[in-house]
Amino acid sequence: MSEHEVEHQLSYGFLALILAGLIVLTGVTVGVSYIDWGFLNVPIALFVASSKATLVLLFFMHIKYEGLVIKVSFISTMFFLAIMISFTFWDVAFR
Amino acid sequence: MTTEHQSFYETPAPAGLTGIKAWLLTHDHKRLGLMYLWAVFFWLILALFLGLALRTELMSIGETIMSAEVYNATFTLHGVIMIFLFVIPAIPAIFGNFFLPIQIGADDVFFPRLNLFSWYLFMIGGFFAVIALFAGDGFPDTGWTFYVPFSVSTESNVSLTVTAAFILGMSSMLTGLNFVTTVHRMRVKGMGWMQIPLFTWSLYATAWVQILATPVVSITFVLIILERFLNIGLFDPDKGGDPLLYQHLFWMYSHPAVYIMILPGMGVISEIIPVFSRKAIFGYKGIVVSSMAIAIAGSLVWAHHMYTSGMSDVSVFVFSLLTFLVAIPTAVKVFSWISTMYKGSILMTPPLLLSLVFIYLFTVGGLTGLVLGAAGPDIHVHDTQFVVSHFHFTMFGGTGFAFFAALHFWWPKMFGIMYNFKRAYIGIILATIGFIFHYIPMFILGMQGMPRRYYDYLPQFETGNFLAGFGGYLVVAGVMMMFINLFLSFREKVEAAADPWGGTTLEWSIPSPPPVHNFIDEPVVKDYPYDFSEVIMRSKKEK
Repeated sequence: MSEHEVEHQLSYGFLALILAGLIVLTGVTVGVSYIDWGFLNVPIALFVASSKATLVLLFFMHIKYEGLVIKVSFISTMFFLAIMISFTFWDVAFR
Repeated sequence: MTTEHQSFYETPAPAGLTGIKAWLLTHDHKRLGLMYLWAVFFWLILALFLGLALRTELMSIGETIMSAEVYNATFTLHGVIMIFLFVIPAIPAIFGNFFLPIQIGADDVFFPRLNLFSWYLFMIGGFFAVIALFAGDGFPDTGWTFYVPFSVSTESNVSLTVTAAFILGMSSMLTGLNFVTTVHRMRVKGMGWMQIPLFTWSLYATAWVQILATPVVSITFVLIILERFLNIGLFDPDKGGDPLLYQHLFWMYSHPAVYIMILPGMGVISEIIPVFSRKAIFGYKGIVVSSMAIAIAGSLVWAHHMYTSGMSDVSVFVFSLLTFLVAIPTAVKVFSWISTMYKGSILMTPPLLLSLVFIYLFTVGGLTGLVLGAAGPDIHVHDTQFVVSHFHFTMFGGTGFAFFAALHFWWPKMFGIMYNFKRAYIGIILATIGFIFHYIPMFILGMQGMPRRYYDYLPQFETGNFLAGFGGYLVVAGVMMMFINLFLSFREKVEAAADPWGGTTLEWSIPSPPPVHNFIDEPVVKDYPYDFSEVIMRSKKEK
C-alpha cells in the first residue's frame, strides 16, 4: 500500500444509503421510460445509468478512497472508452 | 553453493516441487518465460510452414499442392496462429516475463500465480484453435479477421476458433495487468521512472494497450457467437443492425494490436543498439515518450482499415489524418537508434546485425504504411498483395526480426551458454535475402492489381508469384538455420559469462542463468540506465 492510501471502512448505514440511492435511481429509469422525451430519451437514460455506475464505483468499489495512480488509471480507461464510442460517430453521424 | 547462488533451473519455486511439476506449477517468472518460449517456438514453426505451403501453392497457376478450400483454411490458420500465438505473445510473454522483473530489480512479477494462469490460458486457447480444425463442419475459412456477414453465415467451425481467440485475449490481458502492476509496485528502491530500461518501458506502454483494447475484441467475438447461435441481428441490416459495426469493433482492438506487436520489438532494439555501440542511447526521454505516444495515437486510427468499406467520407478524412500522426513517434525512435550508432564504437554481433535488419525492414514497412494510410492511394491497393507485403514487412521484418534479435541477445543470459556466431550470421543473411525476394514481388503484384487471399491468378502475375515463393524457401531456410544453431548450443555447451556483451541494465549484473530470486546482493541502480563509462573502462583495462 502506498503512502497516499489510507485505511477505510464504510459503515453499514452508509452502504445502505448508497443502496437506497441506487434503488431510487432504478425507479427513475423505469419512470422516465413511460414519458416520451423525444431526442432526449437516450441521453436521459444514459445519464441515470451513469449516475448509478458512478455510485457503485465510488463507494462499493472504493475508487473514492484509492491512491492517485488507481484514480488516474481508472479515468484513462473511461477516457479510452469515450474515444472508442465517440470516434465511431465520425462514421455513423456523417453517412 | 547455497540455494540463493544456484541457478533457477536447480531451485524450483515454490520450493519442494520436483520433475515436471516444478515446471507446470511454477510461480517463477523465468520458468514461465521459458515455457512460453517452447510453446511459441512450436506455433511459429508450424505457422511458418503453413505460410510456405501457401506460397508454394501460388508459385504456379492452377492447383499445385492443395485445393481452394484447403487454401482458405490454411491462410486462416496461418493468420490466427501467427497473430494470436506468435506475434502478440512472443516478446512480452517470453522476454517480458523473463526480464521485466530483473530489469527493475524485482524478484518476480506482482501476481506470480496469475502469471501461471495466463500461461494455461495461452495453452488452452492454442489447443482450441487446433481442435477447431478437426471438429465441426469444416476448417475455419474466414481469415484471421472473422469479418461478418461471412463469419456469421459460413458453415465452417468459426465459433470454436473465435472462442480460442477469446481465451488467448484473456491471457494477453492478464499478462498486461501483471506487467503494469509490477512496474508500479515492484521497482527496486531508488529506481525512478526515468531510470527504467527502455525494454521495460516499451512493455509498460504495450501492457496498457493490452488491458484497454483486448476486452473490445473479446466482446466482439462473443457477439459473433451470439449472432451464429441466436441470430439477433446486430450486424444484419434487415434487422436494424450494421455490418460496419463489426469492422469498427474488430479494428478498435486489432489496430492497437499491431502496436502490441511492434512496441516490445522496438524495446528490444532500444536495448541492443546502445550495448553494441558502447554509447548511451540517444534521446532516452524521447524514446520513452514516443512509446507512450505510439500506444495512445495507435489506438485512435483503427478505421484506416475501412476506407473502402462504405463508411462516411468524414471518417475517411479524420482517420487518414490521425494515421499520419503515428508516423511521428515512430520516426523519433528510428532517428534515435541511428543517432546512437553515430560515432559509437560499433561491435558487430548477431543481435546487432538482426537489429540493423529490423531497422531497414521496419522502415520500409512503415513508409509503405503511409501509402496505405493516405486514403487516395489506399483505394488502389486496398486488399491487394501490397497490403500483405506491407503487413509482413512490419510484423515479420519488424517484430519477427526483433524476436530473433532478442533470442540472440538474451540467449546467453537465459541458458548460460553461447551459440556459434558464424552459423548465426549465415542464417540471418539467408533469411534477410529471402525476405526481400519474398515480399518485394508482392508489393509489385499488389500495385499491378493482384488481390490478397486469392487461390488463383491471371498469367501476368506468375513470375512475381514464382519469385515470392522462391524467396519464401530462402526465408524459412534462414530462420531454421538460426534456430538449429541456437539448439546446437545446448550440445556444444560453450559457457557464457554473466555479461558477455558489456550491457549496463540490471540483468547483466547477475549470474547466467539467474538465481531463483534473481539478485544475490541488493541491486545497484544507476542514475542513468545506459551509462557505459564502467564498461568502456573495463574493456580498456583488459586491453
